[in-house]
Amino acid sequence: MIDRLTEHRGLDSFDIRYVALILAILGIGVLSIYSVTHGQKGGMAPYYLKQLIWIGLGAAAFLVMWASDYHQLARFAYPAYAVILLMLVFVLFEGRSSKGAQRWIALGPFTFQPSEFAKLVLVLVLAHYYSKAPRVGWLQRVIVPGLLVLPGLLLILKQPDLGSGLSFVAVYAAMLLMVGVRSQALGFILLFSIMLFPFAWEGVWGSLHDYQRQRIMAFVDSDYDLGGKGYHALQSKIAIGSGELLGKGLYGGTQSQLKFLPEGHTDFVFAVFAEEWGFLGVLILLTLFVGLIWLSLEIASKAKDQLGALLAVGIVAMLCFCVVVNIGMTAGMFPIVGIPLPLVSYGGSATIMTMAALGLLLNVKRKRLSLFY
Amino acid sequence: MATVHYPETEFGDLHRRLFILRVGLLLVVALLGLRLWHLQIREGPYYRDLSENNRTRLVLLEPARGLIYDRHGVLLANNVPSFSLYVTLEDVKDREALIQQLSTLLGFDQALVRKKMTARGSKLLPRKIKDRMTLRDAMLVESNRLDLPGVMIQVESQRNYPGGVTAAHLLGYVGEVSADQLEKPEFVDLHQGSIVGQYGVEKSYDRYMRGMAGQKNVEVDALGHEKKAVVVERPQAGNDLYLTIDVRLQKVAEDLLGGEYGAIVALDPNSGDILAMASRPGFDPNVLSRELTAKQWVEIVQDEGRPLNNRASQGQYPPGSIFKIPMAVAALETKTMSPSSTVFCNGGYQFGKRLYHDWKASGHGYVDLHDALVHSCDVYFYTIGQRMGIDVMAEFGKDFGLGKATGVELPSERAGIMPSTAWKQKAKNEQWLPGETISAAIGQGYVTVTPLQMASLVGTVANNGVSYRPRLVQAVMDRTSGNLQELPAVPRGKINAKPETFRVIKDALADVVTKGTATKAKSSMVTIGGKTGTAQVAALRTGPEENIPKKFRDHAWFVAFAPVESPKIAVAVLAEHMGHGGAAAAPLAKEVIETYMKLAPQVPAVTSDLSGVHRSERSAKDS
Repeated sequence: MIDRLTEHRGLDSFDIRYVALILAILGIGVLSIYSVTHGQKGGMAPYYLKQLIWIGLGAAAFLVMWASDYHQLARFAYPAYAVILLMLVFVLFEGRSSKGAQRWIALGPFTFQPSEFAKLVLVLVLAHYYSKAPRVGWLQRVIVPGLLVLPGLLLILKQPDLGSGLSFVAVYAAMLLMVGVRSQALGFILLFSIMLFPFAWEGVWGSLHDYQRQRIMAFVDSDYDLGGKGYHALQSKIAIGSGELLGKGLYGGTQSQLKFLPEGHTDFVFAVFAEEWGFLGVLILLTLFVGLIWLSLEIASKAKDQLGALLAVGIVAMLCFCVVVNIGMTAGMFPIVGIPLPLVSYGGSATIMTMAALGLLLNVKRKRLSLFY
Repeated sequence: MATVHYPETEFGDLHRRLFILRVGLLLVVALLGLRLWHLQIREGPYYRDLSENNRTRLVLLEPARGLIYDRHGVLLANNVPSFSLYVTLEDVKDREALIQQLSTLLGFDQALVRKKMTARGSKLLPRKIKDRMTLRDAMLVESNRLDLPGVMIQVESQRNYPGGVTAAHLLGYVGEVSADQLEKPEFVDLHQGSIVGQYGVEKSYDRYMRGMAGQKNVEVDALGHEKKAVVVERPQAGNDLYLTIDVRLQKVAEDLLGGEYGAIVALDPNSGDILAMASRPGFDPNVLSRELTAKQWVEIVQDEGRPLNNRASQGQYPPGSIFKIPMAVAALETKTMSPSSTVFCNGGYQFGKRLYHDWKASGHGYVDLHDALVHSCDVYFYTIGQRMGIDVMAEFGKDFGLGKATGVELPSERAGIMPSTAWKQKAKNEQWLPGETISAAIGQGYVTVTPLQMASLVGTVANNGVSYRPRLVQAVMDRTSGNLQELPAVPRGKINAKPETFRVIKDALADVVTKGTATKAKSSMVTIGGKTGTAQVAALRTGPEENIPKKFRDHAWFVAFAPVESPKIAVAVLAEHMGHGGAAAAPLAKEVIETYMKLAPQVPAVTSDLSGVHRSERSAKDS
């Protein structure tokens, strides 16, 4: 009887609205990838088909996460983090490079991007850390977790993968704010960052690749060289803007179809969508994301324990950060840092990781419902 | 089981913080939405324009230039397909790299390409970098197109002159419109790379033959390669010209001059139609219509023979004894002389301290006007010149068109000089000296004329004073309507002289050929009237002609008309540095006249049936 009830409740936790939102966003992604790459010739499988495979694998990861117990998972947080760090080190020496960055590990015909998974593991690590014991004092609250974050962050920046690095910092900051930082500590952090800024700037700036510096410079002085550094930003703005209210329709996006817009199926997929479906399409997509994040925050606030809440907040923060920064950069509000749009951009690692994270979120909800058993 | 380590208050704090997070999230999303609204709705049309510019290029479709035919429909200038290389700067990321590539791939002159790329003009419009490329080079570019963003090969029509050097000075040549020309209003609808006539009728009839460029909207990808093209406006072919020349006669005239410098003009005195206009040395308009290197240009421009100079309309020479023809008209009309009154010639004419020699040192004895013309007696004309004075001479000279351009449809025609007291005052700010009248009386001194003016002059005499403006184009074929528009002859006026005057002079000119100074022009085929002339080059001469270096030898003149009874052709021959007209120039005139008379039976003007032939030919081409 009780078992059946649990079963029932467990299924109940498989929130149909939540899943529908995820599927809708994934659908938009596949459609845009299909539109922008449908004309491409070549021996490889088309991108949209490959993306469907990633989504299939992602769905499996989602179900596994949903079915597991996040408390059990949290126990493996540190070992998992250690493994990820090893992978990141491995990537630095053996990784596949693309566009001047080494981010990928070859797995047979596929490549695997550990930095994507590192984000999820970081959420797990921080949630585990804060929930294990009452962390009091700024040393325990700020410095120790900061030191936990640091090796992963440095390794990712070394690749260099500015986008993932920023996500790392964002997750850390979100967690920090959620557990609460006393104003004194906050003041310290501010003070330190201001004092360290020149050094950090030198270090960060110096570690950046030329193309990253150029992108940032192009952002600072956006229209100064149309054919060169500001090219991506401008073409992306043109793509979005020219979509106007109703868009140019499927395949109608001249910016992306004629390849003025680079990376149309990955980082700039939002611009493709905005060009072809216009402001109305953009509103729909934004609504879907807000809905998904809203439900996730709902789960976070109703989590039965600190660990669940922190996990949920960490995942939401990661998701939010990627969505906002990606759309912001394609719309010319931020520098182009190379962050994919979750669930929409083409990419195996990111898609699987995001879906796994969302599965974990739903697991937090399931465990809440199973609290009374 | 995991325990909640934090007190309830802390957990409650979490809810408060989550609320802040939600508000923050909504704010950020609202900000994103606002930004997107700004981009897509407020600035949407602006970005829409930008995306259109991004993907479309307006490509001009060059019109086919009008064709040129001779009076019988023989093709003199047409267009043949050729490959041109264009570059759209908008699509070029690295200009220097492209210049380097083009130079290594196709051997282009780097400096020239750089100059063309930096020339003023729209970045969005493709600009022509090279024309007349070989098929091999064009294929090479096509096969490397992925490495050459912004580069495209266009098939265009290239001007072609099947006759090569034949009639080069008349036809002229074409070339890219220059930056200076583009500033001028008549070239306003042209653009960098447009082909315009730069010389000859190609230049003077450029507006007729140029046609109108069409436009094609080309959708390009990010590499500037054509994806899809929509023709917005078809190019409009230029109109065809039918020249007055008979290319067979033209060839004969040119061959007669051979390697010598000089000019031959033959025209129909009854219409002003120029039947042949040869000038040597010549040039090949096919070469000049191509892109010349600076070195080639210098070679042509510095050539001592000045091959680009059309000696027939631009060469100015003293007319020598040819000037005796208007002098004779003047003498009779002013009643300075009657046909029968005589002058005694003892081989010289004393004026003041100076003795003016006759070409025949022993003198001609008593000569009347007829004899004076037949034997070209200088003393007779010194005498009447002295009696009439320079201003009367100038008045008659001007009636014959001296001192002003004939108005033939050729660029840079020269006017020559018909001096007068007023002219000298104006040109040199000096008094006219009486002795100068005596030199002018035999066509030396200040008087200069062009061979075209001389042909027109003798034609006017042949036609009893009625003259027409010499012309080169007798009809224009309108490509849009398909109508052949015949251009009427342009009367230039009639010399107010008695018919008797012309009869006397024409008699004398006929005798010049039969028994005078130009017996070498005597033809068994047709009666010819003519007049020899010698244009002095160097004033001081010692010894026989053969001992003088060629460049100081006199120019030989001969003007003629035939048949004497009802003139159909008037000819002027000028052979530079060939000495006496009777020996050097007269035989050439005879050849031209005889050739023309042989061709004459087949000499109808352009007729409608002729144009019918060409129309069907053209419609086949256009379809």
